[in-house]
Parts: sequence; C-alpha cells; structure tokens
Amino acid sequence: MPLGTIWVVIDRVGDKVATVSLELLSKARELAGNVEAVTWGDPSSIATEVGAHGASSLHAVLDLAGGLPGPVVAAAVAAKVQSGAAPDAILVPQTYNGRDIAGRLSARLDRPVLTNIVGLEDSGDGLVSEHAIFGGSEVLRARFTDAGPGIFVVRAKSFPAEASGTGPAETDTWESPELAATGAAKVLSSHSEQSEGPKLDEAPVVVSGGRGLGDAGSYQLIEDLARLLKGAAGASRAIVDAGWVPYSHQVGQTGKTVKPNVYIACGISGATQHMVGMKGSKNIIAINKDQEAPIFSIADLGIVGDVKKVLPQLIEALEKRA
Amino acid sequence: MPMKVVVCVKQIPDPAGELRLDPASHNLVRDGKLILDESDSYGVEMGLQLAEQAGGGEVTLVSMAPHSETSGLRTALAMGAAGAILVSDRALEGTDALGTAKVLAAAIRRAQPDLVLAATESSDGYTGTVPVQIAELLGLPSVTFSKKVTVNGDKVLVERQTEQGYDEVEVPLPAVVTVTAGVVEPRYPSFKGIMAAKSKPVEELTVADLGLDPASLGAGGSRQQVVSVVPAEARAAGEIVTDDGEGFQQVLAYLERIKVI
Ligand SMILES: Cc1cc2nc3c(=O)[nH]c(=O)nc-3n(C[C@H](O)[C@H](O)[C@H](O)COP(=O)(O)OP(=O)(O)OC[C@H]3O[C@@H](n4cnc5c(N)ncnc54)[C@H](O)[C@@H]3O)c2cc1C
Ligand SMILES: Nc1ncnc2c1ncn2[C@@H]1O[C@H](COP(=O)(O)O)[C@@H](O)[C@H]1O
Repeated sequence: MPLGTIWVVIDRVGDKVATVSLELLSKARELAGNVEAVTWGDPSSIATEVGAHGASSLHAVLDLAGGLPGPVVAAAVAAKVQSGAAPDAILVPQTYNGRDIAGRLSARLDRPVLTNIVGLEDSGDGLVSEHAIFGGSEVLRARFTDAGPGIFVVRAKSFPAEASGTGPAETDTWESPELAATGAAKVLSSHSEQSEGPKLDEAPVVVSGGRGLGDAGSYQLIEDLARLLKGAAGASRAIVDAGWVPYSHQVGQTGKTVKPNVYIACGISGATQHMVGMKGSKNIIAINKDQEAPIFSIADLGIVGDVKKVLPQLIEALEKRA
Repeated sequence: MPMKVVVCVKQIPDPAGELRLDPASHNLVRDGKLILDESDSYGVEMGLQLAEQAGGGEVTLVSMAPHSETSGLRTALAMGAAGAILVSDRALEGTDALGTAKVLAAAIRRAQPDLVLAATESSDGYTGTVPVQIAELLGLPSVTFSKKVTVNGDKVLVERQTEQGYDEVEVPLPAVVTVTAGVVEPRYPSFKGIMAAKSKPVEELTVADLGLDPASLGAGGSRQQVVSVVPAEARAAGEIVTDDGEGFQQVLAYLERIKVI
C-alpha cells in the first residue's frame, strides 16, 4: 500500500529550486499518493516547477523576517503537524538549510531523525532508508520503530529528478508561531563566489585535484582541464583544508556528491570519505603516481604517473584539437 | 566582557583505525581508546581565541561518551580549556542524535554559557543535527556552517557557508554556532599544557544527575532500528597503465570512446 501523504522541504538557491529538492519530489511521488511541498519566501516563481515534479500543493512560510530558514520553517511545519495535519513522512534535503530545519523540527516534535540517506523504499510496513557507510563499501538500512511522521534527511544525487508533466502546485501560506530567541540570527548580507562554467554537482565532467598536485598553484592544471572538457573543477578535502581552493569545490562525505558522466581524479589517493562522494560516477579516470593508491580500485582507467607531467600533456593535446 | 564558552567535543574511535559495527546492535564499536574528534579541535581553538579576544573568560568542554572516557577531553584541556563536563552512563548506549542533544543540552544548561560551539558534523556519526537540536532544546538561536566567527560585544558575527558563497549573519548571545574544518588552525598542546591538563577538573555526570528521563535515551529512546547491513555493489576495477610519456593518449582515447571529446 503506498503512503498517503509526504511533505518535501524545498530548499532554494537564489531564486531557483535546489535540484536535490526536485529529486526528493520525484521520489516522494513514487512513494505516496499525495505529495506536498513546503518552502519559504515567494512561492509563485517556483510553483510550476514544483508542481511538474509531483507536488499537489506548495506551502510557503512567506516572511523569514531577515532570519535564517531553519527555525522559522521548522516552527511552521511543527505547528501544522501538531494541529493534526501530520503527513506519513517528511523528506528534507541534506543542505545547509535543510539540516537546520530537520534538527529544529526533530527537537520541536520530539521526533528522531534519520540523516545521510541515499535511498528510500516502501517496505509495505513503513519507509526503509538506505545509508552508505564506511565509504560506501556497505549499505545500512534503517527504519523508525514508532508511529508519527518520520523525518528523513536525504543527500543530493540519491534519486533522479524527473518532471511528470503535472500542472503547477497550488500555493498557500503557512504561518510561523512566535519564535522568541530561536529566530534571533539575522542575515546581514549575501556574498556570491560564482565560478564560471557548470556547477560541480551538475557538470557532466568533473576534474578533481588532490594533494598530489604538490602546491596551490598547480590547481590551475585542474581548472584548465575542466574548462577544456566543459566540466567543473573539484577537490579532495586535503587541499580544501590546506586553503588551496574554497570549500565549495570539495567532493566527498563532508562535501558534494557528484555523479558525472566522467570523473577524473588527479593526485587523489582515494580515501573512503572521498570515494563516497564520487563512486557513483559513470566513468572514473584516475591519475596517481602510486600504483597501490586505493582510487585505482574503482577506476575504469588508471594512469600510474605524475600529474605534473600527464596533465600538461593532456591540456596541450586538447588545446590543439580545439 | 569576559565570555563563557562551552565547546561540545565528541570522543570517537580513531578514524584511521579499523571501524566496525557491533553485529548485534549495529552500533559503532567504541570499546577501545577514544580520541578527540578532529572536527571539534576547531571549535576548541575557536573558543580559546574568542575568549581571549573578549578579554577573558573560559572554555568549558561538554562531552557525552561511554566508559568514563576522558582521553579526548584531556587533549582539548591540554590545548587550554579550563574544565570539562562528561556525561557517561550505561543507560546511554545506542542513544541517537536527539537523545545526545537532550543530554548535552542538560549539561550545557548547568554551565550557563554565553556561547556554545560545536562542529558542523562529527567524524563518526556525521548526522550534523545535534548542535541545532541542542539550540532548539535550549531555546537559543543558531548559526551553522561558520567559516569565520568574530565576537562584537554581545553579538557574534559569522560568515556562513552557502551554496553560492557565504552569508554574513549576526546573532545575539547566548547562541549556538557550528564551525567548519579549517575555520582556525588548532594549536598543538604544549608540554606544559599536557601536564596542566592532568589536574584540570572533569565533572562526571549520569543521566540521573541531569534529571533526564532514561526512557527517552539509549537504544530504546532512539525509536529507530537498523534493518540490515550488507556489502555495497562493488565497482569493478578497470585498466591500469603505467605512464611512459604517452599515458595522456590513453586518457584521450577513453574520452573519445565515451564521446566526451
Ligand atoms: C570525517 C572525515 C570526513 C572527510 N570528508 C572528506 C571529504 O568530503 N572529501 C575528501 O576528499 N576527503 C575527506 N576526508 C579526508 C580523507 O580522509 C583524506 O584525508 C583526503 O581525501 C585525502 O586527500 P588527497 O587524496 O588529496 O591526499 P592524500 O591522501 O595525501 O593523497 C595524495 C595522493 O597523491 C599522489 N601523488 C603525490 N604526488 C603525485 C604526483 N606528482 N602525481 C600523481 N600523484 C601524486 C599520492 O600517491 C597520493 O595517493 C574526510 C576525513 C574525515 C576523517
Ligand atoms: N557525544 C557527543 N559529545 C559531545 N559533542 C557531541 C556529541 N555528539 C555530537 N556532538 C557535537 O555535535 C557535532 C555534530 O555531531 P553530529 O550531529 O553527530 O554530526 C559534533 O561535531 C560535536 O561538536
């Protein structure tokens, strides 16, 4: 028996719907008869897209009063649940705001929360979530044991986002109760560090660099190769922590999950926490001077060699073709 | 104005070692020696720096850990924290994120801090929800994913990581702030610090001391269960070639074959 109703939290990136929320809508549509979306800010610009991905309605907490979405949205959702309108499940994207919402909601409702979900299935007796553990070498399945809406926090790229061709979602507004101190954090300004080219988690080609590059300046090789392949440049945490590149480039457990057509790992050893973020790539190419590097165990093509030699040759050859 | 900072520090099995699940409970085995989660070393350093900048104050650590474990706490005390509250109780085995937050919130309440620092996520559990749950339970505002934190009187100014860059966020104290790795450079404990840490106070509390309901904690309180743990589908290794000066040609050929170029 499919579930009755699922609520999906819609995170927003600028004026767009975060792709992960569309992925959750698509999955929710598969699992439940009725899918409703919850967001903040003006819902009118996104009602069509949210509807097309399966939501019948879009509830918006209109005014954040200059604050962060977390406390406001959690309070509004909790109030609805407590007023008796509880859904069977609440799906939350594992984004910066999504985690804030899920954490606050969990405490408000005194409900447990499952996080880092990469799969969801209906067991016939409630939802079962899948989690990639130990660097994705094992899959753990879990479930809630009591009644009441489960809060499921799902990682990006766990499901495909598919439009179903239904009409726009009907919009209405949800009020947030008085927040007192919990809503006191205020956003003073937003800063964009836009890089050119496709976004890391959407690019068909991702070229990533690691500590094997040797120095910050050599990351230019990664950027050049990414540009020539019309892809995005990624990184291991080692070089993010070293300050060579901003955090937004990080691939892995604590960074982004990517599933491009091809992932090219350059001077990256293949720690479990890195691999869990990229092993879903369709094709994997690795360049590493150590033939024992774990990254080779998942590579379709492995080049045992020096990135400082192979990358310039590759870049030169591609420039000649262009 | 002297500032009282509480830093949440988790003590975890060494991530470089062999991690395994208990076959019966499916919980991570935490029998051996535990260490300070590296993610929390940034919070400790941040706390020490902010207390200094505020012109005094002190850093108190709060940790929930099995078997009265203190080795991770000692590392943070050696860095300069003044003391610690450790909650350790058999009744806590199998406690989930919300239960952990209830325990930590109760411990933090006793310390009455101006600022609570934690990491954005722990290295072994990485739910990333505990600090926000603590904030909600304590009725405090929170700012997560901070990559820069400065104190300005009774307010904290944070650069918060976003999808596109960062937001500048201002939050009045008391508040909960989570920091990302790399936000500051954690100091190495000095020899003097290590010696001093041995005699710093660690107050050990039980669930009963905190006045919490044991039924809402531990495996029973978690209201979730592991259904199964199975090996993931393995990805077969492909062709490995040694670069003889022509390795880049192989890459080009592969990219051609999959029609990327
Ligand atoms: C809780 C936790 C979360 C983490 N999350 C992430 C995450 O999200 N993402 C992530 O990436 N990591 C993460 N890590 C870190 C991870 O464990 C590794 O430390 C990190 O991925 C290593 O980065 P690296 O491969 O660049 O560096 P290293 O492991 O130092 O590897 C460098 C590689 O470069 C090779 N090399 C050196 N010189 C050359 C050369 N000239 N040419 C070719 N190859 C060369 C070496 O053989 C080596 O294999 C996490 C760790 C923890 C504990
Ligand atoms: N048992 C614990 N003791 C102390 N702090 C904790 C504990 N569990 C979580 N935390 C804090 O909360 C952060 C996020 O943890 P998590 O929600 O498990 O990812 C950690 O990095 C710590 O700062």
